[in-house]
Amino acid sequence: MTDMTDKQFLYAVARIRTKELSLFSKSDIDQLLSCKSEKECLRLLADKGWGTADETDSDKLLANERMKTWELMSELVKDLSVFNTFLYGNDYHNLKAAIKKVYTNSDLEDIFMPNGTVNPELFLQAVKEHDFTLIPEHMRECAEEAYQVMFYTGDSQLCEIIIDKAALNAIYKQGMQSGNELLAAYAELKTAFADINIIIRCIRTGKDKEFIKRALAECSSLDTARLAEAAVNEGFEGVLTYLGETVYDDAQVPLRTSMSAFECWCDNKIIELIKPQKYNPFTLSPLAAYILARDNEIKTVRILLSGKRNEIPDGAIRERLRDMYV
Amino acid sequence: MEVLNNYGIVLAVLGAVLAALVSGVGSARGVSMGGVAGAGVITEDPSKFGKVLILQLLPGTQGIYGLLIAFITLSQIGVIGGGAEEISFAKGLCYLGACLPMAIVGYTSAIRQANASVASIGVIAKKPEQFGKAMIFPAMVETYAILALLISILAVIGVGGLNI
Repeated sequence: MTDMTDKQFLYAVARIRTKELSLFSKSDIDQLLSCKSEKECLRLLADKGWGTADETDSDKLLANERMKTWELMSELVKDLSVFNTFLYGNDYHNLKAAIKKVYTNSDLEDIFMPNGTVNPELFLQAVKEHDFTLIPEHMRECAEEAYQVMFYTGDSQLCEIIIDKAALNAIYKQGMQSGNELLAAYAELKTAFADINIIIRCIRTGKDKEFIKRALAECSSLDTARLAEAAVNEGFEGVLTYLGETVYDDAQVPLRTSMSAFECWCDNKIIELIKPQKYNPFTLSPLAAYILARDNEIKTVRILLSGKRNEIPDGAIRERLRDMYV
Repeated sequence: MEVLNNYGIVLAVLGAVLAALVSGVGSARGVSMGGVAGAGVITEDPSKFGKVLILQLLPGTQGIYGLLIAFITLSQIGVIGGGAEEISFAKGLCYLGACLPMAIVGYTSAIRQANASVASIGVIAKKPEQFGKAMIFPAMVETYAILALLISILAVIGVGGLNI
């Protein structure tokens, strides 16, 4: 990054430093965990500035919090495209939702994720008119392929795999081209974690090598060909043995425990990656770290609220809670 | 050589101009960086204005030092205050050289000090009670600007006494 690029986020980073003060710490999460019910949690959250005291819809509350993060980013950054590494995931999700909505002729509302780079209605129009020139170029090929698969075979799983892989490829490419070390490292981890997740699910559902190869996205920290080979020839143990030779050696323990333990491990790794940004006064990285920290915070609160709603013991909820950024 | 001696005064004035100009540019950039970061903190918490302002102003001193060197140099050569006398090419070159530490170190230290100030403004945003410690870090950079100021003052005054 040039000196000028380093300096152009001075105002934004200084504001983020103050905003970081309101992020939940481990003790805030412990306080929420000690609440007796979801209602009590919501009241405590209202005291901390999340929603209002009479808020009862936790999904709405969490969606509003996510919206607040992006509204802040729109104020701080002239062009949100610097965060395309984060935004592309929502676009591909919306494409998938549009194809399924048109295929099933469903009237379902609220299927689209906000904060993408493209208006979700455009995806709907593109699918209805079968005209993918309406959507960004990087999405056209996978959109056409997924459309053909969905409308001619009705295989929604394959449709999802095609779009998910294209999403990972786009995120990876965007992260690497961003010129920002943190975004590049995030894209690498995101792709590798998704590949590990996919391979374990493929083993459990007995998918063949062709399917696995079609699903895995390329990244530099994993050899997808070897990963697929290990899964097909030696199954779960083979995958763990291969991971033992990579930088994801410590994923073996959570993978042996459960998929939710692995997902928790992945989120904690992302937090570990972004923590040094608390002390970085320059570049886009502290802003990117704040977005990821807020995502992590919202995810943790969702787990907590859902645990309280379903009266899951505190010990079981605690196991699923993520590390916090502050 | 006679012709070259006509340029002695030009070199001396050039030295004075560089000391004020380059240090001033560095300070302007540095204070601007501190101001931009400070505005970010004030947007969220206006009560930190006083502390942030002091950190913002720290990189501004180099501009003042540059001005001081320019003023002394111009006085020495008689451009300010009258009594201008002919300055040889060698003496002019000496004046130019004497002004350069302030010009170069002034600019560089102002930018580096601004980096430290911006980082310290981040400390104030989170821990305003640590203002004293936060101010030490950018203040340390000032040492080198003061050293350059000192050597430039001594050199400019010393050159005035040379008979070359």
